[in-house]
Amino acid sequence: MKHTISVLVENHAGVLARVAGLFARRGFNIDSLAVGVTDDEKVSRITIVADGSDYTLEQIEKQLNKLIDVIKVKTLSPDSMVPRELILIKINCTAKQRPEILSICELFHGKISDISANSVTIEMSDSVQNINNFEELLRPYGIKEIVRTGTIAIQKGEAAVTVKN
Amino acid sequence: MTVARAMTECLKAEGISVLFGYPGAAICPFYDELYKSDIKHILVRHEVNAGHAASGYARITGKPAVCVATSGPGALNLITAIATAYMDSVPMVIITGQVNSEQIGRDVFQEADITGSAEPFVKHSYLLKRPEDTAEVFKRAFYIAGTGRRGPVLIDVPFDVQQSEIDFEYPETVDIRSYRPSTKGNGFQIKRAINVLKESKRPLICAGGGLFTGNGAALMREFAKKADIPVVSTMMGLGAMPSDSGLYFGMMGMHGKKAANYAVNQCDALFLFGARVGDRAIAAMEQRKNFTVVHIDIDPAEIGKNIEANVPIVGDITLVLEQLTEQLDAVIAEQGAFSHADWLHTLDERRGELPTEPAEKGFVNPKSFICELDRQLPAHSVVVADVGQNQIWTAANISLKDGRFLTSGGMGTMGYSLPAAIGAKCADSEACVVAVCGDGSFQMQMNEIATAVQHGINVKIIVMRNRWLGMVREVQERAYGNRLIAVSLDGSPDFTKIAEAYGIESMLVDSEESAAEGIQKMLKSDKPFLLDVAVPEFEKTIL
Ligand SMILES: Cc1ncc(C[n+]2csc(CCOP(=O)(O)OP(=O)(O)O)c2C)c(N)n1
Repeated sequence: MKHTISVLVENHAGVLARVAGLFARRGFNIDSLAVGVTDDEKVSRITIVADGSDYTLEQIEKQLNKLIDVIKVKTLSPDSMVPRELILIKINCTAKQRPEILSICELFHGKISDISANSVTIEMSDSVQNINNFEELLRPYGIKEIVRTGTIAIQKGEAAVTVKN
Repeated sequence: MTVARAMTECLKAEGISVLFGYPGAAICPFYDELYKSDIKHILVRHEVNAGHAASGYARITGKPAVCVATSGPGALNLITAIATAYMDSVPMVIITGQVNSEQIGRDVFQEADITGSAEPFVKHSYLLKRPEDTAEVFKRAFYIAGTGRRGPVLIDVPFDVQQSEIDFEYPETVDIRSYRPSTKGNGFQIKRAINVLKESKRPLICAGGGLFTGNGAALMREFAKKADIPVVSTMMGLGAMPSDSGLYFGMMGMHGKKAANYAVNQCDALFLFGARVGDRAIAAMEQRKNFTVVHIDIDPAEIGKNIEANVPIVGDITLVLEQLTEQLDAVIAEQGAFSHADWLHTLDERRGELPTEPAEKGFVNPKSFICELDRQLPAHSVVVADVGQNQIWTAANISLKDGRFLTSGGMGTMGYSLPAAIGAKCADSEACVVAVCGDGSFQMQMNEIATAVQHGINVKIIVMRNRWLGMVREVQERAYGNRLIAVSLDGSPDFTKIAEAYGIESMLVDSEESAAEGIQKMLKSDKPFLLDVAVPEFEKTIL
């Protein structure tokens, strides 16, 4: 099972190494990991998508909590979160192909971020599932490069994972 | 003042009067300040033993103990000791020297990323980059090491930082927003635990090492008595229950007592007090179902890790036991005293020991030897067992009344006993401190006799000499068709001559009579003493 875990950590050097090291050494599988600062510059958020049983998830949460620099750990429930990932995708694209690629792009609310004679770079953000679909539709044109950020997620409604609550 | 000076001031503020270490260039500014301070430095003969000595010291005092090493190889030599302490939840602060800040990452002479390499085995670590953080970092390190689930904390201090000038003031309080070790147990779970006890016909307490780190042994004894519950212990919990108590049935697990494992298999409610029930301890109950497990531990991550817990209680063992006792008292006031006479009777019938056969001429049976040692040891003793057959023989046959049993339980680190005994003796000069090891493990640590001699530390060393790496040989006999490889210790020196070379007394024990005499002589001496015990070569631990 996939789990999306939101982790607030002190914004110190070495924290990411500690978190990543813990996953490696305890044999937890990471699908993706994304880091960024929060509204409080002393606090960073690490969003981890991990694969494992409920037992594994419980151990992940508990072991993360044991790291001194970890302030809060919260597993987001799949039904009540908004998960997003950003993809940058560069594909072959001749002038002739532009209109049809543009229409796929529009359908997925993607944006052309760069264009050259024989290629186009599109940025698109959505759930992992939709990004995968988007990727598949563009594959026939010939993918030159893909860059994905890994999932970040936020809870629906007013709930928030912050230092205070 | 300099950071180096501030470091000694921090140690003084934490009540540190002795530390164990080994110097080198990168830690010299700190050593220079040690020279000027009253803190006593015990020079070990290998850094790993500075760590083990600090571990022995900390286990006796219950407070973080300190060890020191230089950068690079010095720090790296400490790693095994750090991991050993981590596995057994021993509070410890490790100070290492580091190369100059601006050279970090350039592979300069004697540079090693020690915070990185030790990361899996520390509760936390600091690379002290900003001189002005010194006091705060030390305060936090001692706080983290000595609270919650205890463990080692490492402080790595670059050479130039040690020499920097700072204004120094040691903080009185410490508050780490991301570290709030839980203290009291959840009231609802405490009630549930007592209900489990009320319903249970065959309750059992399993005493773990957490009773020592959390200072809860006395309360546990009281609780067991009031509720009339039999007690078994893990290897780390040995001594939490006095072995002459009628409620005590010995050590459980792979190498445990028959009655103890029977109790584990037949109980209908198991109360785990500060026991993480490692795989060796749990061996006996893997298939158990239909019993209720009440698990009390300071570390939530241990609850449900090795054994499923029906009633999880996270908290400080002392506080939780106080809460449990309060509820228990109320129940007793309402319903009268608890009695589990039938259950205890059933267990009593399983006590019995296999008789020990006297060894052939020229040898002494290791079990009878430990029993004889046990008879002669003063009540206030610390016995440190190494790893291997010697550990099993000692753990199974030593009885503890007012003393402690120390061993490397989680990591099973050979070479632990003598340095840990040295540390224990430094912590409690009144105690009679004995290290028991095998001839293999002795040769991993015999250099530390010099430490004992140099600093006048009166520790006793017992070498159970069977001429093999006995425990591994036993595995090869049992599981590898008796194909013995790399387990013979041929070529070993005469240990009494080693003792003589270090200038300490010793005696060869090769019969029951010489055992009694040797132990007496050893205990009478007020100096380090070595007993070279000839154990039958093919003696086993699993019969
Ligand atoms: C540092 C280390 N290396 C290897 C082992 C594996 N090991 C476990 S018991 C043992 C044999 C110990 O031999 P000895 O010290 O002579 O004790 P005995 O078992 O004979 O009592 C070994 C090699 C270990 N536990 N620790």
